[in-house]
Amino acid sequence: MEQTRLVVIGAGMAALRLLEELKSACPGRYAVTVCGAEPEPAYNRVLLSSLLAGEAADEDIRLKDRAWYGASGYRLFTGAAATGIDREAKRVRLGDGRLVPYDRLVIATGSEAIRLSLPGAHLPQALVFRDRLDAMRLRELAGPGRRAVVIGGGLLGLEAAYGLVKLGCETTVVHLADRLMDRQLDSKGAATLRRALEAKGVRFALSASSVRIAGETRVEGLDLASGETLPADMVVMAVGVRPNATLAKAAGIAVNRAIVVDDAMRSSDPDVFALGECAEHRGAVYGLVAPAYEQAKTLAAFLAGDETAAYPGSLLSTNLKVSGVSVFSAGAIEAEDGDETIVLSDPGHGHYRKLIVRDDRLKGAILVGEASDALWYLDLIASGAALGPMRDDLAFGRGFAVAA
Amino acid sequence: MNAHAAEAPATRTTCPYCGVGCGVLAKPDGLGGATIAGDPKHPSNFGRLCSKGSALGETLSLSARLLHPEIDGRRATWDEALDAVGEGFRRTIAEHGPGAVAIYLSGQLLTEDYYAANKLFKGFLGSANVDTNSRLCMSSSVAGHKRAFGADTVPGTYRDLETADVLVLVGSNAAWCHPVLYQRMLAAKVARGSKIVTIDPRRTSTAEESDLHLPLKAGTDTALFCGLLVRLAERGAMRAGFVADFTEGFDAALARAKEIAPDAAATATACGLALADVEAFFALYETTERVVTLYSQGVNQSSQGTDKVNAIINVHLATGRIGREGMGPFSLTGQPNAMGGREVGGLANQLAAHMGFEPEAVDRVGRFWNAAAMAKADGLKAVDMFDAIERGEIKALWVIGTNPAVSLPRADAARRALAKLDCFVVSENVASNDTLGAGATIRLPAAAWGEKDGTITNSERRISRQRAFLALPGEVRPDWQAIAGVAARLGFGEAFAWRSPGEIFREHAALSAFENDGARDFDIGALADLDTRDYDLLEPVQWPARKGVGRAESRFFAEGDFYTPDRRARFVAVAPLAHAAEPTAPYPYRLNTGRIRDQWHTMTRTGLSPRLASHIAEPFLEISPEDATRDGIVDGGFARVSTEHGAAILRVRVDPAARPGTLFAPIHWNGETASHGRVGALVHGFVDPFSGQPDAKATPAAVSPVDYAIQGFALSQEGFGATPDNFWWAKAAAPKGFGLIFAGDAPPSLEGLIPGLEPTDEIVDLVDPARGTYRAAIFRDGALQAALFVGPQRQESAWTYLRAKLGEPLTTGQIRSLMLAGRASDGAETGPLVCACHGVPKGVIEGAILGGCADATAVGAATKAGTNCGSCLPEIRRMLAATREREAVPA
Repeated sequence: MEQTRLVVIGAGMAALRLLEELKSACPGRYAVTVCGAEPEPAYNRVLLSSLLAGEAADEDIRLKDRAWYGASGYRLFTGAAATGIDREAKRVRLGDGRLVPYDRLVIATGSEAIRLSLPGAHLPQALVFRDRLDAMRLRELAGPGRRAVVIGGGLLGLEAAYGLVKLGCETTVVHLADRLMDRQLDSKGAATLRRALEAKGVRFALSASSVRIAGETRVEGLDLASGETLPADMVVMAVGVRPNATLAKAAGIAVNRAIVVDDAMRSSDPDVFALGECAEHRGAVYGLVAPAYEQAKTLAAFLAGDETAAYPGSLLSTNLKVSGVSVFSAGAIEAEDGDETIVLSDPGHGHYRKLIVRDDRLKGAILVGEASDALWYLDLIASGAALGPMRDDLAFGRGFAVAA
Repeated sequence: MNAHAAEAPATRTTCPYCGVGCGVLAKPDGLGGATIAGDPKHPSNFGRLCSKGSALGETLSLSARLLHPEIDGRRATWDEALDAVGEGFRRTIAEHGPGAVAIYLSGQLLTEDYYAANKLFKGFLGSANVDTNSRLCMSSSVAGHKRAFGADTVPGTYRDLETADVLVLVGSNAAWCHPVLYQRMLAAKVARGSKIVTIDPRRTSTAEESDLHLPLKAGTDTALFCGLLVRLAERGAMRAGFVADFTEGFDAALARAKEIAPDAAATATACGLALADVEAFFALYETTERVVTLYSQGVNQSSQGTDKVNAIINVHLATGRIGREGMGPFSLTGQPNAMGGREVGGLANQLAAHMGFEPEAVDRVGRFWNAAAMAKADGLKAVDMFDAIERGEIKALWVIGTNPAVSLPRADAARRALAKLDCFVVSENVASNDTLGAGATIRLPAAAWGEKDGTITNSERRISRQRAFLALPGEVRPDWQAIAGVAARLGFGEAFAWRSPGEIFREHAALSAFENDGARDFDIGALADLDTRDYDLLEPVQWPARKGVGRAESRFFAEGDFYTPDRRARFVAVAPLAHAAEPTAPYPYRLNTGRIRDQWHTMTRTGLSPRLASHIAEPFLEISPEDATRDGIVDGGFARVSTEHGAAILRVRVDPAARPGTLFAPIHWNGETASHGRVGALVHGFVDPFSGQPDAKATPAAVSPVDYAIQGFALSQEGFGATPDNFWWAKAAAPKGFGLIFAGDAPPSLEGLIPGLEPTDEIVDLVDPARGTYRAAIFRDGALQAALFVGPQRQESAWTYLRAKLGEPLTTGQIRSLMLAGRASDGAETGPLVCACHGVPKGVIEGAILGGCADATAVGAATKAGTNCGSCLPEIRRMLAATREREAVPA
């Protein structure tokens, strides 16, 4: 039987996971071509901040080398951004003009960092922090005695800030909200995180709105709405990401915030699929790697012939080692009337746990500083299992609660 | 210096706790403490120690000690203090006569201290108001012995317990209260197959281990032994020759016995026992020649205690089973030197050296002492003494080494009475206790165990040296020196001019032999010529030790020769059962009181030991399931126990083996160690008419449940602040600090309960309002400084777990907030400590059992539990049985 041609646009972590899943689900069934815009195969983007901080080397973030793709029967194009999809002809156009025909197409283009439209945002030292090249550029600019401002107190901003501190920069995080990671943490958890990061040398300007990047030819500082200017040799904008859905949209595929997919990760075109940060499933766009991996597993199963394969959606959770501080957040962040809240805190050690329970079920968990039981909490929230006797030892994690 | 100290040979001394009188090897560590081991050469214990003895090293701290004299709350010199005591007593006698002064002593005093006190009061102040806490302990045995034998003689020896074929324990929980002796009995049981019968209303650890347990109704021991006497007489199982040749009064005693318990069925009815059990007991007694009947507080502490003793002795006299290998009645004394006190005569109804107040004895002792003012008649026994204080008749009192404000019956009334004294002197080694707090105006710092130097006598009449291995701290002095100092100030210096305890001992020994010639049992004339070195090196020696008489027989009465005028023993026609007070509608229960395994008396010493607080940390109430259900009382909850005399609030232990209608509470807790645990305050004031011993085990009482909204505990390296009003609390030592278990209506504040927090202290906490849970751990310099656990429930396991963590440095990488889980990270609950000697908690033992250990020996091999003193073996066996039971039931 002739092989079905499968083209994957994007060579990031989601795409690689899909290839791996396909290899085990239906080896040899598809003739696969992977086209990535970046000049190298997929690497571990989660470790970018470690790379920036010098805690990880290039080889540490590498996932599969080129030989693996070849040996697995996959054709890999790098530095080959797709510029168009011709759904009629069922082929993808690459930046160098090559056309790659497909029978089935997977879009895994991820997302791009949002650049603020601030005055001065065009200056060469005003950067985002999204890919390996961004990390390399920041490493060049950073160093002892240099001053950096990071706009954005979310995950990415904190990671960038931590990396810059490690490189010797005086670093200030400017954040619009009054607490860090305000979509994932409650105020105490955020305060714990803030203290932990301050102990590592990061400074903060909270409830601060940026109005202008100062400097004529190069970045000299960041002007805040308060009138204050933070002197800076570089400004990193880490205010969020935008799904890369323009290609799909241009091809007439249904796009909302991102490419709309069903439970099989199929777009409005039955031969076109999407996964990862460029996909919107049941209204949710995930910005983390774990849901992308779950989607890859479902999609591989579907492509392997399992018509019932369905992705149920992921519980929105954050489980990251933010700048040397473990942070996990899932489900509800603040208690509502009728909820029970359990808080275990050790400010001195930067440990904080908040659990929200309702009707004997876990509905939210925040862990700062120590998050080794994060997945157990995540499972409890996702499954909605009755806590029963685990309830009273919940804050102490699986080792205690399950044994009780 | 330290290396030298560490290499110094261990001092051979004796334990300060029960009447077994174990030899102890104490090796000072040069830092004020000492390592403690059993003395393998001592004939009481041959190297064994019980949990309390093993923990002696934990009780040597000076932190709670009284280290200098005080008058009216201010520090004084010894001269000032002794002047004040002398003046107080002189003035009182001058104004009110010698009947207005009294001294209250302790079975924990050394013989030499006892002798000095007795001599001063009975020979020089003319007052026989010399009594002792031994009155609460074994005075019924003394009275019973005197009635039967004409002297206070314990006829047998410990060896008899190993050579008997049947051991009958009456009112004795020897497994807990005389553990080392009990282990000797168990070893004999294994070695020669002897049988153990326990007669006790409670299913104690001793009862659980015995071949036959007769859970008789409280107070019916007399009926049981009367029934036995009748049975033995009917079956001809008597030693008629012995009765005929050496005794008087058998017929009357038997006639009375027949009235009380004519046959086995009547006995069973009277005692509330199964007929088969009574028959089995009778048959065993009838067919076994070698029987030792041991008895303790269950017999003694009764309004009919002396009759109980005589009912037992009657049976031994009738069978001639006395003074022979493996036979005899055997009183187990509760205190280390109750026997020494008796030998000295330190009781109000004795004069000295086993002599009473017969005119010729008064004359004899007066001549020996060259006495200035001899007391000529019995003084007031403990309860009467405190009644006289209450009435204002006794105006000057000296208390030495005991805590009557806790231990006396109607202890609240006793405490109030003490406040009325004109002159109230206390010789103590602790700086604070209920008695000191009752208004002691002159406080004399006494030597404590480890500093004291003298002798004690154990339950088998064996005199052993208690030697000092620590220097006297501060301005502490031995009690005999304080007594001699007062005597000197009253003008009797010459008669009290001893320079060492050895000199006192020699005088005491000489008095025992003075004009004796075999007329008195107590004669240690052979020891009257010991020089200082001989005294220092004195090996344990059993009396009698008559001068010039090489006596091989260490027992009494095998061939009669009793100490009555006609040298014949007396059977006693005992009285029918009559409780001093019957339960009433408002007080429907009978409250029994007693000891627990790991505490001693009012905890002034054992309370310092963290290990000993591990097994049972709180005052408790034992109640039967039926009674608990009826009164709405739940296991682990709280109950208020009240009598006409006082009330206590205690942790409830519902005990399926408890006899309905009876309650049990331990005697140890007091105003220093618990908020509502003064059980002595509940005990009524009735006493035995012959011995004056309080009826401490049968007070009519009521119980009602007490609910607290919150419970919890606190731990601190530095102690606690004031507890909130209306809090229930109990203090318990922790390995590196102090513990407080509490209950109340609202959570205490962290800062209030644990004062002295520093700004740099790190507080880790768990807040769970829905559950009413608050837990906090305070860390200082990387170690647990304090902790507070509050919740709706008791937190026993967390208490055990965190208590051991107090003061411990954190390990690298330890997630310290997880300590608030209150148990180990492997998830195993540790539970309370079962083996206090080796510190093995319940959870570990359960683990060993589940891991395949099939018997106590295997558990011991796996965990070390039960391999030292053995007093936890019953509990381990109970756990094994419970596991077997669970496994036998199909899931």
